[in-house]
Amino acid sequence: MSKDKREKEPLFSAKNRKLLINPLHKDNPITTQVLGICSALAVTAKIKPAFVMTLSVIAVLGFANVIVSILRHGIPPRIRIIVQLVVIASLVILVDQVLKAFVFDVSKQLSVFVGLIITNCIIMGRLEAFALGNKPWPSFLDGIGNAFGYGWILIVVAFFREFLGSGTIWDYPVMEQLGVYNFGYQNNGFMILPPMALIIVGIIIWVQRSKDKSLVEEN
Amino acid sequence: MQELFNIFVKSIFIDNMVFAYFLGMCSYLAVSKTVKTSMGLGIAVVFVLGITVPVDYLLNQYVLAPGALSWLGPQFAEFDLSFLSFIMFIAVIASMVQLVEMVVEKFAPALYSSLGIFLPLIAVNCAILGGSLFMQEREYVTIWHATSFGLGSGVGFLLAIVGIAAIREKIRYSNVPPALRGLGITFIITGLMGIAFMSFLGIKL
Repeated sequence: MSKDKREKEPLFSAKNRKLLINPLHKDNPITTQVLGICSALAVTAKIKPAFVMTLSVIAVLGFANVIVSILRHGIPPRIRIIVQLVVIASLVILVDQVLKAFVFDVSKQLSVFVGLIITNCIIMGRLEAFALGNKPWPSFLDGIGNAFGYGWILIVVAFFREFLGSGTIWDYPVMEQLGVYNFGYQNNGFMILPPMALIIVGIIIWVQRSKDKSLVEEN
Repeated sequence: MQELFNIFVKSIFIDNMVFAYFLGMCSYLAVSKTVKTSMGLGIAVVFVLGITVPVDYLLNQYVLAPGALSWLGPQFAEFDLSFLSFIMFIAVIASMVQLVEMVVEKFAPALYSSLGIFLPLIAVNCAILGGSLFMQEREYVTIWHATSFGLGSGVGFLLAIVGIAAIREKIRYSNVPPALRGLGITFIITGLMGIAFMSFLGIKL
């Protein structure tokens, strides 16, 4: 029965599109749902690690959502957390091995944060909130959508930190090319320090919520 | 002895889990509305980190690290199981949390009811797994070094979360711009606290 229904529903129906688009802005995992902050802040000193981290999260979240969604009728509710952790941990091991094999230097920079994708609350949160109650395809879209929502914040934060902190974009020395150093410009070393990531995310939240009043919290 | 104390102090102030590595940020932001609940969570984290880090240390030393299996016999000396460490650590953490929960429930019901929901939740707190992974990366010499690192990281987390909770309790009476209320201002305050904590960087231990 469910198969017929799935065939009738087009792959990118309005509902499914919403799953993909909403997390980019209104339901953004970082600025609205407050999930997955830890890794978002720690890997954003440069764009490159942030980008690699985003790709890893997209892969893990998309596949974890699909796998849990396929297994959702077979998982006993009492032990679901540990089952989810095992699924996530196996995917993360795969990602980690791939990173070590192909981009070793970035993998060194990310250090423990690849492993920490396991406990990234976005992944657990989406598995609990969505994949356990939905079919594989919508779950996949939800996973990808949330990972993108997470990723664009990461890249924006990394852009500002790298641009203002090191004067480069993707390791390309923009500031040097512009020649601003000749006028006495100096890189703001403060931006590389970890606390600045928090402040930039705070400012992103500020901008987002001033544009969209419905997101404003009471206190 | 001195060395253990140094590691302890270093992991509280200089390598603070929250301000230097942003670990445990999710629960840090979600549970820091009042001092009382954040105290409960903080104590639970100290407790669990103090247990899981040494256990994972033993696991790493005798099972996972390259050549760790040599106590089974010379033919195992070549084995390197370190790619399994994520899944083993998380399994240890989840089961230790369960165990701690049962022990606390049996022997200290008052503490159990005050920790409440937080105890099971910290299985997925990144500070716990992060503690084990940092322990692996830094290669501590003995189990006591690892233990004092675990306890110190827990106390650092406790300090951070109680601090932000106290500030958030007070900031309720201030006139924050509407768009910054709640999450936004918490982020910015945490950033400022992080900058303040960076002043500990100058301490040589």
